[in-house]
Amino acid sequence: MSEPAVRVRNVTFSYNGDPVLENISFDVETGDFLAIIGPNGGGKSTLLKLMMGIVKPLEGDVRLFGKEPEKSDVVIGYVPQETGHNLDFPVTVFDVVLMGLLHRRNRWRRYDADSRQKAFEALGKVNMSEYADRRIAELSGGQRQRVMIARALISDPQILMLDEPTASIDFNGQREIFDLLERLNEKMTVIVVSHDMSMVMGYARHALYVHKTAVMHTIDAHTRYQIKRQLQGHEGHYCGAEFWQDMGRKIECTEECRHA
Amino acid sequence: MLEALQMPFFQHALAAGFLIAIAIGLIGPLTMANRMTFMSGGIAHATYGGVGAAIFFGTSVLTGAMVAALLAAAVISFVAYRYAHRADTVIGIVWAVGMAIGVILSDMTPGYNVDLMSFLFGSILAVGLEDIQMMALFDLTALGLVWYFYYDFIALSFDPVFARLQGVKTELLHLLLLGLVAVTVVLAMRLVGLIMLIALLTMPSFSAERYVRSLGGMVIFSIIVSIIYIVTGLFLAYWYDLSAGASIVIVAAFGTISLFLIKKYRKR
Repeated sequence: MSEPAVRVRNVTFSYNGDPVLENISFDVETGDFLAIIGPNGGGKSTLLKLMMGIVKPLEGDVRLFGKEPEKSDVVIGYVPQETGHNLDFPVTVFDVVLMGLLHRRNRWRRYDADSRQKAFEALGKVNMSEYADRRIAELSGGQRQRVMIARALISDPQILMLDEPTASIDFNGQREIFDLLERLNEKMTVIVVSHDMSMVMGYARHALYVHKTAVMHTIDAHTRYQIKRQLQGHEGHYCGAEFWQDMGRKIECTEECRHA
Repeated sequence: MLEALQMPFFQHALAAGFLIAIAIGLIGPLTMANRMTFMSGGIAHATYGGVGAAIFFGTSVLTGAMVAALLAAAVISFVAYRYAHRADTVIGIVWAVGMAIGVILSDMTPGYNVDLMSFLFGSILAVGLEDIQMMALFDLTALGLVWYFYYDFIALSFDPVFARLQGVKTELLHLLLLGLVAVTVVLAMRLVGLIMLIALLTMPSFSAERYVRSLGGMVIFSIIVSIIYIVTGLFLAYWYDLSAGASIVIVAAFGTISLFLIKKYRKR
């Protein structure tokens, strides 16, 4: 039995004395597609940072393939929330992708040919090759997010972690992102923080509901298949209201329901 | 025009202008991208405190200004990082107190008769050969630093959070950048003046950011535009007997507005 990609045991964390996460335990198996869901401020992003080893738990421990995050040589690809980007600053798509290899430059702090090759490959994986020389600000929100995923992929990660990758993207763009994540999931473990239930239910194998505590749900293949078909049958607009209505129609209407 | 070029003081001013344009082109885009204009203003004004102190204690103005500018840069950089939400308040304090110290110390200096205005607004008469040599040396240093940290600066300017995750020492780069601003302010004060320089750091890069796709492009664009502004400004200052710094800033403002409108008009 191999070690799980992520093992979280009895983890507690707090900011300035306010408990954010309390006694959380779960496993993420290698090759899993996990969605972390829950209310704003419920500790989703913090949990992601704990798993990456950026912050340390107050109690309990986190293991990546059996080792502590800072001691392991596990490569994590991280796609942070799209809030800190300075889009006024002129920078090309290609240079943004190369940022994923900042830690691997030569002694003149330059990228070598191998790194550049990797950047092209990473852009290819997200179908953005033809945009390499474009300025990042010229892209749509969905395209930009794919570039951010390429930036995470350039370091050949074993685990890909994304924080709200579809927060400001239209429906088609969201579906494209999740289709892409599904493809990437064939080769790596994917962990995504998302508030978008329809996408989560159509793509993720597990959903971890985090609100101080954490509850793991398994999304069965049947549900996933049904919902994904639902998502793919729509073009343009498909919002939560329609999603839940479609869900409601799937339940057989009883006598009681007809008179309601 | 030719008559002006034969004057040694005007040749000095032109040479210094070219060298300042290079420094501005290298540092301006980075200060603007990292929202350091107000911080730079704080450093420039605090530098005046150093000028006052130098006059009062009878030491070299350049040394006094340099110490004050670097000190201000260090304080501002520290505060901007540790107390980000109150950074502008503290910068405002450094700004005003530095200036006040300069004014009081020069008030208290008996028989003081150097033209104070030339430190604030710059004078083409004031540039000496040593100023040019120092400026040239600084340009080389700045060029080397920006080249060496080129990709670090790109990451810092575009996505500082991710840069830090990738092991970029963002605090250090922040301090380095403000240090470069401080030295530029001090070296450029004789020609452009302490205060005018801040406008020059921002205006060319503000135009550049709309016309180019990379930091390198921004630097080259800013250098060319700065040279045009400074040379034009210097000739105007000579012909009409105006303050060099003020003339350059007015030319720059005119150029910046034109470049802005050209881009806007072309897009339609």
